[in-house]
Amino acid sequence: MLERKKWIFATLALLPTLAIYAAVRLYPIGETLRLSLHRWNILSKNKPFVGLDNFRELIGDPLFREALLNTTIIAFGVVIVTIPTALFLAALIYHRTQSRLAGFYETAVFLPHVVSLVPAAMAWKWIFDARLGPLNAVLGWLGVEPRAWLFDPTLSLVCIIVLCSWQALGYGVLIYLVGFKNLPQSLYEAARLDGASGLQSFWYLSIPLLKPITLYVSVVTLVSGFNIYAQAFVLASDSQGAPGRQVRVLVLDMLENSFRNYRVGYAASEAVVLLVIVLVLTLIQFTVLREKGRT
Amino acid sequence: MTSAPNPAAYDETVGDPRHRLKVLLTNIAIDAFLIAFSLAMLLPLVFLVGNAFKTPQELLLWPPTVVPQSPTLDNFTSVLSDTPLLTWIWNSFSFACLSTLSITATSAIAGYILGKFPSKALNVVFGIILATAIIPFEVYMIPLYFQVKALGALDSLWGLLVGYLVMSFGIFLIRQNVIHSIPDELLEAARIDGAGEFWVFFYIVLPLLRGPLAALGVLAFFQAWTAFTWPLIVTSTKTSYTIEVGLALFQTGFTVDVGRLSAASSIVLIPSITLFVFLRRHFVQGVASTGLKD
Repeated sequence: MLERKKWIFATLALLPTLAIYAAVRLYPIGETLRLSLHRWNILSKNKPFVGLDNFRELIGDPLFREALLNTTIIAFGVVIVTIPTALFLAALIYHRTQSRLAGFYETAVFLPHVVSLVPAAMAWKWIFDARLGPLNAVLGWLGVEPRAWLFDPTLSLVCIIVLCSWQALGYGVLIYLVGFKNLPQSLYEAARLDGASGLQSFWYLSIPLLKPITLYVSVVTLVSGFNIYAQAFVLASDSQGAPGRQVRVLVLDMLENSFRNYRVGYAASEAVVLLVIVLVLTLIQFTVLREKGRT
Repeated sequence: MTSAPNPAAYDETVGDPRHRLKVLLTNIAIDAFLIAFSLAMLLPLVFLVGNAFKTPQELLLWPPTVVPQSPTLDNFTSVLSDTPLLTWIWNSFSFACLSTLSITATSAIAGYILGKFPSKALNVVFGIILATAIIPFEVYMIPLYFQVKALGALDSLWGLLVGYLVMSFGIFLIRQNVIHSIPDELLEAARIDGAGEFWVFFYIVLPLLRGPLAALGVLAFFQAWTAFTWPLIVTSTKTSYTIEVGLALFQTGFTVDVGRLSAASSIVLIPSITLFVFLRRHFVQGVASTGLKD
């Protein structure tokens, strides 16, 4: 009797959450997969099945290829900047855990990760501003020619990488700090007794021991890099409203195809490409971790 | 490392004054570097707040200044009268609060049941939740948009909320905590004493989950507060924008200058920074637990 009551409660309590979950997660995910095989222009009632046509068209679409290339550069660029910096900073902050300033370091590094994205991006936009921004002013003192940071196709990618790295760094530092706190102290003591310097134990102990964390932070950073949109949106237009150069990223291309070109099926096939990228990255992470566990 | 007290380190630092000096100097150098780096991280935000107080003339100065020479509040007054900034903040705030409420409630219930009612069917359910957790929102937001449209909820708070009702990670986090920190015996004892399932959940389980729920709540609040792409496609009239969308579209206007933009941004940033400093512990705990997924 008690058991039955327990299970009735469990089912009834779980039902609303599951219903919401199915409606706002499972169903739209299924729809993305289904629509990617159909052609639909929003207005018409019928959505003809076109098989893999959308994907075939994607391969030859110059805009999509540009978006994929830009997004990949940004995602990997952010990882390359963020991971070594975060590991280095976390090691230093961990070393100074007992310092009264430790809380300040953590807050300062982590703050960019939590503040609203758009205002933060605006701060950077002013820094990069070609005519009045401090970046060109500083470069001027150093004797470097001023550049149109947000208008040059290559430099605007650099700007987005800088902005995204500034935001992603705090997350990496935080996760690494947790990692450092969980490292076995005895190993470090043994190393010190053997005459290893702090730098040596960082290089030969910390870095190999933290590998799973490095992998995890890299994958998370890559995945969020592939999903960026707001940063590109804000950095695009000039501060006086002159139409600027918008860096084409995957999400932007998806939204344009869906809401400007009314090609929802085509946009869904782009979403599927994004999904595949994320799945592959996650799979790599799990495979590497499992192999590590075996050896 | 400097932490763990052990005899060897003790001897070294006390016994050899030259070594102690070296350690001290290294620590000072590290502190100096970390202070400089921390300030550099904050610099863009300092620039932003500085610009908010500058006059239009000063904003055109070359080279640019950091501290305003003749601080003015004009930017703030004009941005508050020209834009529905307070409405946007209110929209974001109510969206974030409702989303937090929904996410903590659904995560608490689902996490508890998936953690304490072992069965094959529930394992399958949990497996599905885990598998879909890695799929980014951007992948399925367009079909979700059409669902909201079919409900007639576009351009409303409820439409916004549809995207942020549940969080897979939240269910996962609470389930982990339920498994590790709530003993079965405690629940069984209450049941034997005649407590109903609802009573057990509300008076035993929930109080024990206060810590992780607070961490999850802070995480959920900031997630909704900083949401951008979803509000951008769901809202379409000026008065229903969230603060992020409102600001992003406001800056594309033709008559907008850096001063007023910075003022608007500062008004948005200052409460969230204050909130973060107060809730830092919960926040760090929540984010840190995302890294312990294994």
